[in-house]
Amino acid sequence: MKKLFAQVYIWILLVLLYAPLVFIAIFSFTESKVLGNWTGFSTRLYQNLFTGNMQGSSSLLDAVKNTILIALAAATVATLLGTVAAIGIHNLKGRRKNAIQFLNNIPMLNPDIITGVSIFLLFVFLGVSQGYLTVILAHITFCTPYVVLSVLPKLTQMNPNVYEAALDLGATPGQALRKVMIPMLRPGMISGFILSFTMSLDDFAVTFFTRGTIGLDTLSTYIYTDARKGGLTPELRPLMTLIFALILIFLIVINVRQARAQKLAESK
Amino acid sequence: MNKDDIIINIEHLCKAFGEKVVLDDINLYIKNGEFVTLLGPSGCGKTTLLRIIGGFTSPDSGRVTLDGKDLSGMPPYERPLNTVFQRYALFPHLDVYDNIAFGLKLAKVPQKEIDARVRKVLKMVSMSDYEDRNVDSLSGGQQQRVAIARALVNQPRVLLLDEPLSALDHKMRQDMQIELKEMHSKLGITFIYVTHDQEEALTLSDTVVVMNEGKIQQIGTPADIYNEPVNSFVADFIGESNIFNGTMIEDRKVSFIGHEFECVDEGFGENNPVDVVIRPEDVYIMAHTEGAQFTGVVRTCTFKGVHYEMFVDTDCGYELMIQDYNAFEVGSTVGLLIRPSDIQVMRKERTCNTLDGEVVDANHISILDAEFECPVPEGFSAGDAIRVEVPFDQVDLLDHLEEGVTGGNVHFILYKGDHYHLQILTDCGEYLYVDTQDIWDKEDLVGVAIAPSAFKLTKRNED
Repeated sequence: MKKLFAQVYIWILLVLLYAPLVFIAIFSFTESKVLGNWTGFSTRLYQNLFTGNMQGSSSLLDAVKNTILIALAAATVATLLGTVAAIGIHNLKGRRKNAIQFLNNIPMLNPDIITGVSIFLLFVFLGVSQGYLTVILAHITFCTPYVVLSVLPKLTQMNPNVYEAALDLGATPGQALRKVMIPMLRPGMISGFILSFTMSLDDFAVTFFTRGTIGLDTLSTYIYTDARKGGLTPELRPLMTLIFALILIFLIVINVRQARAQKLAESK
Repeated sequence: MNKDDIIINIEHLCKAFGEKVVLDDINLYIKNGEFVTLLGPSGCGKTTLLRIIGGFTSPDSGRVTLDGKDLSGMPPYERPLNTVFQRYALFPHLDVYDNIAFGLKLAKVPQKEIDARVRKVLKMVSMSDYEDRNVDSLSGGQQQRVAIARALVNQPRVLLLDEPLSALDHKMRQDMQIELKEMHSKLGITFIYVTHDQEEALTLSDTVVVMNEGKIQQIGTPADIYNEPVNSFVADFIGESNIFNGTMIEDRKVSFIGHEFECVDEGFGENNPVDVVIRPEDVYIMAHTEGAQFTGVVRTCTFKGVHYEMFVDTDCGYELMIQDYNAFEVGSTVGLLIRPSDIQVMRKERTCNTLDGEVVDANHISILDAEFECPVPEGFSAGDAIRVEVPFDQVDLLDHLEEGVTGGNVHFILYKGDHYHLQILTDCGEYLYVDTQDIWDKEDLVGVAIAPSAFKLTKRNED
């Protein structure tokens, strides 16, 4: 009986979580403009998405392109900055280390809206004209702490003598960083990068306040404006389905690879 | 001694981490081709000294020279030295070959030569077939061999080894010791080896440097260090020993454990307190008592493989550890004899605690950052700077920290045959020495109290 309850509970939970996604996925295969109206199976919306021949505004693809470019740029810079910062923090001691780690955690807990408004005010105060660059800068700001957080544990796991061993064998500090530290920190840097990329991808608040008035749209701001204009562009349905499918595939690949690596390690 | 023989010279080296002095005026020279071991308990400063030589830590004062050239300020990557680190510190993302070739590639050695040198050094550490192996898939001993190969392939002038065998099991450690010794004699380069294992130090070294609390206690050959320790710390740290309080009656005559003995030591003055060391294998034990210097009753007898280890209660109530090839029955009375040349007499470092403090009022003095009750004699007034002497046996150690006037932890324990001589690190960072019958363990937290009548006050001129 107890077991049955547990089963039912988990299924209800899963349905609640995935029903909206499944709903969107199903209705991405019909042409109806209004969501929830099934007008027969069609892959028309997918065709439109790839040919750019939209029923609504044609700037959807631009928004997608912007989103990806901004996420790539922000994640790359944040990964570099965050890794260097993590090495610095790792080498600090005692209270200073705790203090800086504390400061690093605040931006992550801080509501996005506050981060967005304060960055906006800073740009206004500095007289920076807002656009592409300011959005990227703002995204770097809120992504970097996540990289620090994912690289620091790798440093703690690392044998502290490894860096010294590199120096001992004739590497300058720069060479030791490039040839030893970075390869060893790579797993942490990659997870930091992915985290940053996804954070940047679905950010709305910060982007909204820092994009200026030049009409720059990312996916999130596009959907927001679109929804306000009355009704979502139907092509958003296939787009969201595709993004979800991609992430699903990505996660499955990672899991399978992990399982394989584990098997390999065990068989050794 | 030929001056050209010296490869490394260490002069007046001092280092403190915050308040804690780790190295206190270290002076040491190391000869070319020598196998030198820095030996001491953990926290004695041996690793810091090695790290300063390697360039990973900079000294507060003093200098290290290599071939007469000052190394101060020279980063590790410019020093012609290589280090084998404690936990190997191999590069996990590189295979065995690339780990070893790391230094050569940086030095832009031609690929052909790199190949030849890596092969040669792999052969030397008997790891020839492991070139392509991932370092994570190697055993501890194999990783250690790779670490040694990675250092040696660069043909350093001096090889520094920081407790390289500490992570290996006993049997493997012994095998590696023999291999290290062979490598040293084959290569002819200088080895500086850090360890806390006295057996390892005695086995491997040409010269042993015994360190404690940031100071060098004794430098000598393994035989010197073992047979003629200069103080009770060295005697206790190296090998098994019986250490007793004694009195040097006159030259070549010393009294301890209630008897007078002839010895070979001179120059300690007359009727001066000394420490006496007797190695357990140097006591002659026999079933009959005629011809013996003193007698005892066997209390325990344990088989140790090659020999038996016996604890004997002597006729004057001291405990003596004896090692002999023959077993003696527990409870039997035995005759005991110690030859003059087997008695090692050492000057005492101190005969009572000497502490600086000041007078608080007529009934209190302040020492060790705490106020102790003490009837202050006439002639002293509040605020006077004083030097206080407290006999070892007048310090009381209490189970509960809060019951004492101040607290501390047991830092070092020496058994003296009928009592324990403890070194207590008090809360204020000063050492207090205590004679007690009670059994304490290292690192035990204790409360410290001193009887009011125990203090002997003298005035101290503030300079």
